[in-house]
Amino acid sequence: MTAPLARRSMSRRRLLQSAGAWALASPLLAGAPVAVAQEMPAIPALTSFLAGRSPRWERLRLELPALADNGQAVPMRLTMVGPFAPGPALKSIHLYSEVNPVPEMAVFEFPSPPPRVEIDSRIRLAGSQRVVAVAVMSDGALFAAVADVVVTIAACLDGS
Amino acid sequence: MADSRINVPAAARRDEAIEVRISIRHAMETGYRADESGKPVPRNVIRSFACRYNGDPVFAVRMSSGIAANPYFRFFVTARESGTLDFEWIDDAGTRGTAQAAVKVV
Repeated sequence: MTAPLARRSMSRRRLLQSAGAWALASPLLAGAPVAVAQEMPAIPALTSFLAGRSPRWERLRLELPALADNGQAVPMRLTMVGPFAPGPALKSIHLYSEVNPVPEMAVFEFPSPPPRVEIDSRIRLAGSQRVVAVAVMSDGALFAAVADVVVTIAACLDGS
Repeated sequence: MADSRINVPAAARRDEAIEVRISIRHAMETGYRADESGKPVPRNVIRSFACRYNGDPVFAVRMSSGIAANPYFRFFVTARESGTLDFEWIDDAGTRGTAQAAVKVV
């Protein structure tokens, strides 16, 4: 009678310990200069855009709230760390949605190099998903960032 | 349509980053919505938005229904010389909108 309980409390303790360790480690990870490699979400439009190229999970940052109450307008921020000059300049940033009926959300273009890469906008999200941003540099290099969003009230993009 | 609100600093120093904020009044109809009578509302979103600084293109957005109604953008432009920022956008219905903001470089 007591043995299963003891076993259970042990595993619960281990779970809490690992959760604690993770909580301690994650701010360190967030502050680390080298981003952790992510798995690219399988979005057909994105796959064809990438055409076999694999962006580096560096420099570009996509900020979205972890929890969005209303999918109709979710604040978004794109930032990219320099230096850009004299190296390759930023040409464009492509934004892809995992579940929206139109996966190509937006393309931000920089015909002349911006003094600072910081773009704010508001996006529509048809449900909880990952959003991917891919930056294209003037030398063809690609950088990517991904953000996970939980959407409580989805934008009724597909009429359902 | 063609209603917008723009916010740029009153003055900037040469080579400084100018913060530009613009919000355009537009429903950004997705085409997936039905009106009260159940008739589908045709898609009509702003397809492209562009910003020029004294005629030179500096920033542009190509967008879909993935951008929220009343599109809002905040971005940075390098202050070069006094002049104007010209904004232009066009939607699926072919309606064009324009706006201007003066830039004073001291």
